[in-house]
Amino acid sequence: MCTTCGCGTGETHVDGKALSGPGNVQATHSASVPPPNGEGAGEIPAGMSYRAVGARHGQAHLHADGRRHVHDHDHAHDAAHGHAHASVAAQGSATTPSRLIQIERDILARNDGYAAENRRRFDEQGIFALNLVSSPGSGKTSLLCRTIDALKGQLSIAVIEGDQQTSRDAERIRATGVAALQINTGKGCHLDAHMVGHALHELAPADDSLLLIENVGNLVCPAAFDLGEACKVVILSVTEGEDKPLKYPNMFHAASLMLLNKVDLLPHLSFDSDLAIAYARQVNPALQVIPLSATTGEGCEQWLAWLRAGCSARREQKRVTMASLQRRIAELEARLAAGG
Amino acid sequence: MHEMSLAMGVLQIVEDAARAQSFQRVRLVQLEIGALAAVEPEAMRFCFDAVSRGTLAEGAILEVIEVAGQGLCFNCNMTVPLAALYDPCPACGGHPVQATGGTEMRVKELEVE
Repeated sequence: MCTTCGCGTGETHVDGKALSGPGNVQATHSASVPPPNGEGAGEIPAGMSYRAVGARHGQAHLHADGRRHVHDHDHAHDAAHGHAHASVAAQGSATTPSRLIQIERDILARNDGYAAENRRRFDEQGIFALNLVSSPGSGKTSLLCRTIDALKGQLSIAVIEGDQQTSRDAERIRATGVAALQINTGKGCHLDAHMVGHALHELAPADDSLLLIENVGNLVCPAAFDLGEACKVVILSVTEGEDKPLKYPNMFHAASLMLLNKVDLLPHLSFDSDLAIAYARQVNPALQVIPLSATTGEGCEQWLAWLRAGCSARREQKRVTMASLQRRIAELEARLAAGG
Repeated sequence: MHEMSLAMGVLQIVEDAARAQSFQRVRLVQLEIGALAAVEPEAMRFCFDAVSRGTLAEGAILEVIEVAGQGLCFNCNMTVPLAALYDPCPACGGHPVQATGGTEMRVKELEVE
């Protein structure tokens, strides 16, 4: 378990389906662990990747779709891994020669690899993808609903929603009439590029569309995980403190745009917008800022214009890429014809 | 911050290296963590200890080399030391300072048998 935020892994769901792979890496240990006698152990569907160890501490629970299973907790049991301890100890004699190996690899290299795949897909399809990050309660979902209502006649829009639990946000988005997919991170505190890759496969966003990825409400962890997006958009609401950019600098440093939301409430608060913006730019001098209200629509036109400009830039970039690929194909065909 | 995911990333890199370079056990894992990367070395050790149990890295020492933060001061047009992302320039006391170093998180070296 992450000692800072309680983040863990192993129970990610994309649209209610369990996700296997790097995010659920601990599941690989489960094959060697005898099934627990606890309840629910026999009801895990075939191919699911839950690691049902630790019946003593495990929490059985029921999913909305009727599945029931047992979750592990994050430290291994002596009993379950006794064989491994013994074998490691046996290898560990002081006389074994050791050697040094240079690695020089980024810890997030695997995530960044998945992010690069997502980004390539976005480039090829001309999709403008944004990673929306904020504290819980900053008004992300309300802002998305207003944005979608304003743009859905002009642009194709798809949404990926990230939350620890429930599909409430995806349902709110679907009510606006656009496609939305919920990722439940379970114990996890952030979306990663692997989860988003799976979501893209399910969601299949259209060419030239706007993809809005609403990350888990958390101003700390999502800062480090590239999802393949064009940029991160951080939402700060005026009901929070002006000094949040200083308290959580990594997120404001990683974002390209800050939306200062709920400005309709400013007359009732002592929040100093200029100070908040100055703090944010202290952390990230290049940060763009748009003050707006998702409730009244004040300032939203500037945000919508920013989105339209981003989408057109993506389409133009795709057109240029396609034209250069077509030229390359023509060159190769000409060379083949000359050779033949 | 998200040290559990990072610890699993470290373990994956170690396991990839074990397949490529044929070793059976890891004695020491050396990491380079930037001062501005928002990673707590103690939390990282705790999480790595948890994820490495029952693997070839069980019991390995996790050594963390802290890389100092650096930034470009827009006023002085100079690279200056930076302890936190929001700190002023130590030379002129002004803002903004754009972080240019100390955000890395890398596996640098392994000692293996």
